[in-house]
Amino acid sequence: MNDYWHFFLNDVFPALNQGLWISIAVIVPSALLGLALGVLVGSLRVYAPAPVRLLNEVYVSLFRGTPLVVQLFFWYFALPHLQIGDLRIVLSPMSAAILGFTLCSGAYHSEYIRGALLSIRHGQIKAAQALGMSKTQTVLWVVLPQAMRRALPGCGNEIIYLIKYSSLASIITLNELTGIGRTIAKQTWRNIEVFVALGLYYLLLVTLATLLLQYIERRLALPGFSHARR
Amino acid sequence: MTTPQPILRVEGIHKTLGDQLVLNDVSLTVNRGEVKILIGPSGSGKSTLLQCLNFLHHPDQGRIWLDGREFKATSRRELCAFRQQVGMIFQDFNLFDHLTALGNVQIALIKVKGMAKAKATHRAKEELARVGLADKMDLYPAQLSGGQKQRVSMARALAMDPKVLLLDEPTSALDPELIGEVLAVIRFLASAGMTMIMATHQIAFSATMAHEFLFMEKGRIVERGSPVHLLAPGATSRTMAFCAKINELSGDLGMAERRCASSSSALADKPQGGHGTT
Amino acid sequence: MDFAKTIPVIWESLPFILGGITWTLSLVFGAMLLGLCLGIPLAVGQVYGTRTVRGCIGIYVWLFRGIPILVQLYLFYFGILAYLSQVPSLAGLGLDSAFLAALLVLGLTSAAYQSQIFRGSIQALPEGQLKAAQALGMTESQAVRSIILPQALRLSIPGWSNEYSILLKDSALAFAIGVMEIMSRTRTVAALTHEPLPFALVAGVLFYLLTHMGIRALKTLERKVRIPGYARQGSMS
Repeated sequence: MNDYWHFFLNDVFPALNQGLWISIAVIVPSALLGLALGVLVGSLRVYAPAPVRLLNEVYVSLFRGTPLVVQLFFWYFALPHLQIGDLRIVLSPMSAAILGFTLCSGAYHSEYIRGALLSIRHGQIKAAQALGMSKTQTVLWVVLPQAMRRALPGCGNEIIYLIKYSSLASIITLNELTGIGRTIAKQTWRNIEVFVALGLYYLLLVTLATLLLQYIERRLALPGFSHARR
Repeated sequence: MTTPQPILRVEGIHKTLGDQLVLNDVSLTVNRGEVKILIGPSGSGKSTLLQCLNFLHHPDQGRIWLDGREFKATSRRELCAFRQQVGMIFQDFNLFDHLTALGNVQIALIKVKGMAKAKATHRAKEELARVGLADKMDLYPAQLSGGQKQRVSMARALAMDPKVLLLDEPTSALDPELIGEVLAVIRFLASAGMTMIMATHQIAFSATMAHEFLFMEKGRIVERGSPVHLLAPGATSRTMAFCAKINELSGDLGMAERRCASSSSALADKPQGGHGTT
Repeated sequence: MDFAKTIPVIWESLPFILGGITWTLSLVFGAMLLGLCLGIPLAVGQVYGTRTVRGCIGIYVWLFRGIPILVQLYLFYFGILAYLSQVPSLAGLGLDSAFLAALLVLGLTSAAYQSQIFRGSIQALPEGQLKAAQALGMTESQAVRSIILPQALRLSIPGWSNEYSILLKDSALAFAIGVMEIMSRTRTVAALTHEPLPFALVAGVLFYLLTHMGIRALKTLERKVRIPGYARQGSMS
């Protein structure tokens, strides 16, 4: 038993804690950028002229239709082979991960945003226009604030997914939680203990994020608004 | 009527839902072939009482006898056996949405009574024909009108050969023009000697076939008697007052008394089997 | 990148890569089936079960939804199954198979997600359905089997189509423990030929096609088992 504690306290936890910070350094910017991209793309898919709309549909369909591992593989391993003239893009594991996660989760976020925008009653838009607002103003100040509240549960879920899928960054050699866990397991041959501990770290992250999102949802709730959905 | 044979007897039913006493010491007896009508304002406990009689709600207190045997909901098997003998018609039909009209009538015959499929189909077709829906048996609930749905639900209950049929406001979810077809089936059943307890606001209609009116208020039966008695011209019964109020609300100001009176006089010429079911 | 040189390479390795489809689809359908068989009782237990049952199922769902697939794959393959296959009485059962580990992880996780889909469908049914079944003398289990589930499963099909595309994409992670599915084969070829770009695209195209074909198939299923008149009624309310 003593040996167990020793192992966890001296070998596992300090290393995983280090990985945790790297994971967070990937997750937080990816989540924020992804959400911003999702709002932009979602709005364009609803309100932009046809060609722009089509372009966005293609983006969403591509990124939702292929596995995230394949996308990461593309950004990190394949992109450097794409040479246009003298221009070659080589991304570090960290930036490839953030780029991959942002583009992928942006596509998913846009689905929720689009659905929420379409659910806003037409009268709201008419009323805003009757007050003299431009189309952009209407979207920014009337439609989006309502739609964001409706999209929040879906987008929140997406952020939870992102936390879990951030583990894929280890595949493109980033030493975040999972990458470090894998290294300790290889060095110590104590696979079950290390991976259980690793699982607990993610459970903790996911549970904390869920609670935080629930809190935000409650704070932003408008009286009687969610019931008006049906 | 010769010696009355009690089919269903309940004594001292109490039921609390949440922190509200919904049924407060309710007792009643129904004899074979009798029709009892529960009336009273909404929230008076009619629906809860009917659901207690079928143990969809378990009463907190009270005793129930079916066909002379006291029923105690001790085992699940007994409970199911009891419910088979007590038919239930719901206000909002509750047809099984994934089954055709035929399937709705069939399913309990097969699953509960263990009847062979061919036999169950035959029986179900018979019951659907009885309620005038032989030509609709392959349609799904969403393809039927409200009146047709309610008739299917009656066929479904009758196929189980219940000893008594409980009807919980069978027409109140229907558009006015669809009420008639359901009432015709009920009248037919009454004339065929089916024992029934019905909660309804169709006072004029039910007065023509009821043996007894039970007026409920705040979870108690506060008045009971034959419709002739309660609705006699000039009567000062609660039932009469309630009847007048309903008619007043539905816009027939002044018509109320006349209508109640005429319905009670209609009793004189005994309920005739309304054969207009098809 | 020289296209003239790469196209023959792709062409040559295509049979090898396409062979991975069998593994990918076996994983996806195997996991969906396992998830279905486990997800239904989990959902029924979560709606109709006692407090203890509901609590246990809640913990199961929390665990499998909270731990990343990749971590689960490592835990099952390098940890639990590797340990079990060392136990003498279990030797020879082939427990150290990477495919088995991937199937278990994807199936158990899918069960957690599918149970939530079914639970939502069961709770979306009007309460009267259960009451009417009980009023006819059905036991609770008869009512659930012949009245509630047939309707709830139909309502679950859109959720399934989502589950299929998630499983398909998650199945690509099985390459991390060496299952020879599409991702794993394209990666092998990419490493051998030093041409990751075309092969990343090949993998992307294959997964894209499989996702959309599967979703289309489930749309057809949804139409086939639709209850006549039901959808129309739904869209009105």
